[in-house]
Amino acid sequence: MDVPMTPEELEQIAETEREEQKKFAHSINVCVAAGCMSCQSQGVKDAIDQEIKKQGLEQRCKNKGVGCMGLCAEGPLISTDRSAMYKRATANDAADIVASIEGDPLSRLLCRTDVPFFQRQQKIVLENSGVVDPERIEDYIAANGYSAMMRVITELTPAEVIEQVAKSGLRGRGGAGYPTGLKWSTVAKATPKKLKYAICNADEGDPGAFMDRSVLESDPHRLLEGMLIAAYAVGASEGFIYARAEYPLAVKRLRTAIRQAERLGLLGHNICGTRFSFGIDIRLGAGAFVCGEETALIASVEGKRGTPRPRPPYPAQEGLFGEPTLINNVETYANIPPIIRNGGDWYAKIGTEKSKGTKVFALAGRVANTGLVEVPMGITLREIIFDIGGGIPEGRQYKAAQTGGPSGGCIPAEFLDMPVDYENLARVGSIMGSGGMIVMDDTSCMVDVAKYFMDFCMTESCGKCIPCRVGTYQMNELLAKITRFEATQQDIAMLEELSDLLKHTSLCGLGISAPNPVLSTLRYFADEYKAHIESHQCPAGVCAAQGASR
Amino acid sequence: MDMPPAAGLDYAKPVPPDAQDKRWRIVDATMRRLGPQSRSLIETLHTVQEAFGFLDEGALRYVAASLHVPLSRAYGVATFYHFFSLKPAGKHTCVVCMGTACYIKGAPQLLAAMAQDYAIVPGETTADGNISLLTARCLGSCGLAPAVVYDNQVAGKISPQHLRQQVVKWMSP
Repeated sequence: MDVPMTPEELEQIAETEREEQKKFAHSINVCVAAGCMSCQSQGVKDAIDQEIKKQGLEQRCKNKGVGCMGLCAEGPLISTDRSAMYKRATANDAADIVASIEGDPLSRLLCRTDVPFFQRQQKIVLENSGVVDPERIEDYIAANGYSAMMRVITELTPAEVIEQVAKSGLRGRGGAGYPTGLKWSTVAKATPKKLKYAICNADEGDPGAFMDRSVLESDPHRLLEGMLIAAYAVGASEGFIYARAEYPLAVKRLRTAIRQAERLGLLGHNICGTRFSFGIDIRLGAGAFVCGEETALIASVEGKRGTPRPRPPYPAQEGLFGEPTLINNVETYANIPPIIRNGGDWYAKIGTEKSKGTKVFALAGRVANTGLVEVPMGITLREIIFDIGGGIPEGRQYKAAQTGGPSGGCIPAEFLDMPVDYENLARVGSIMGSGGMIVMDDTSCMVDVAKYFMDFCMTESCGKCIPCRVGTYQMNELLAKITRFEATQQDIAMLEELSDLLKHTSLCGLGISAPNPVLSTLRYFADEYKAHIESHQCPAGVCAAQGASR
Repeated sequence: MDMPPAAGLDYAKPVPPDAQDKRWRIVDATMRRLGPQSRSLIETLHTVQEAFGFLDEGALRYVAASLHVPLSRAYGVATFYHFFSLKPAGKHTCVVCMGTACYIKGAPQLLAAMAQDYAIVPGETTADGNISLLTARCLGSCGLAPAVVYDNQVAGKISPQHLRQQVVKWMSP
């Protein structure tokens, strides 16, 4: 780009786009994120396009593809300017949907939006999801996109940016909850040999988590803007997004977004005529859970097997190619632009004393409204699962909520009224993790669930350190023995001993946290273990059934 | 450490297993874009797998030689990551998601159905080379659990009956 972009020009693009959008009296937004896409939403969108032409409404009605609206279980979702939302739409409904835009809402497809699922959420990270077209940068700019980045690089010093982030109290959304401002200032202070790097961890490996995928598919520019602000603050000049190869749509939209931002001079050399340069490249993960650990991720970006190494030195000092490296998760970066726009103090007002802001949860499992929800920290589990989630279907009983994936734990009914934040989840033996929340009812056997996660950790152990490689195998064998009704009380003692060993001697987070699902189920569902061992029965009837099919 | 070959040493330019096959040009383009060095290994293997469907010994030898990394390292990377396959897949692929949400909503029953009807376990292909059964750690389609990917098309809320129907459809000529 020859002529650098200026703040005025950015505002001009936004104005032009807003004018353009105002020309249409009506709008129909069809979700084209992966959840609805697998319910053929692209076909629905194409049918609506044709129908608009057929009914001669091209000048009055705009049909666009947008990101995730949250209620994935009822897809494909369609929202209209008439504040009507439609669910489970098919291509055959297109004519009626288009006709309804100037008439009465279509009652047979109506999805109520006055319910807690929509009303109780507070959207910051997902504010553009379901609103902007993820494949058009102009739409993002019209929604105030890149204005925070523009202000940062033209008006603020790196120290001022870090100050706002520190003030906001934002903590890493990847799971561990390390204060983001602190991490940024460490990288900012580090002296590089040649240059510094900023990496986005988009290797959402936890089974049952799809928050990051949704942000990448619904609002990819939000991540780029967050990374640009971070890079300016810490002095990084090259960036990588480490994304899962299992998310082809997210990767495709990211590539499009990067190309668009480069073309407008918002990414690349001397951004907006300043001395700040930053380029972003994508690196595809290849299906290794351990690569969510930062040093393993760095090894993978370097083209090696994804094995972790001991820390220190931390990546902030010696990371990618031995240079100071900032690594944050997708959701962390996505929180940055609104923090800069509205100030750190604004963000710090949301949430609890030690956990600020909102958190996106992927609600799945035995719950009525499966999908994506964003709620303020400090909300109770009961509100998330029973109010927003709509409770347990088929009149069954709640048994546990699993958070944090294979590194987390199962939370029993007695803690349903506990406010959800980093500290409280840790206190009950789970972790916040990246935000997967899987609800289980009385059809799930907790021993089987513990075994499922141990089997996962065993398969995903990279094999570098022995406690993890051998320990997860032994623990999995013991759990299998219990589910076969062949175990004794001695085996439980052995499980506890091995848990302790893994926790204290493993090299990285994978091994250290692998015992969590076992320990939390032993703690809260000891009676289920007892039933397997003493009366050779599985109270949920899962183990016997699976044993028979083997 | 990424080291360019020392000047003056005569390195023979590696030759792809089948120089006539135009797909190697795509692979070469990736290596050119990222630079012929070890850090480009994973991205290059992705390109090979995309072009050929799997990584065979010839491909690994060619990529290793082109990027100046030992064959052992290329093989190590190819086997470390689940996404890379060293065997050709069947005509159709059926990927069953084994994420937590899918697991508790019935993914094991889907695998049991395939084991019962066709005697294959994940990672195997039916004897006629028609269908490969695979598992995924998590597709991120947890809202649609249990989810299955039929030939790159994600389908949600799959029952064993539905899976059987799809497989029978593939099996009939």
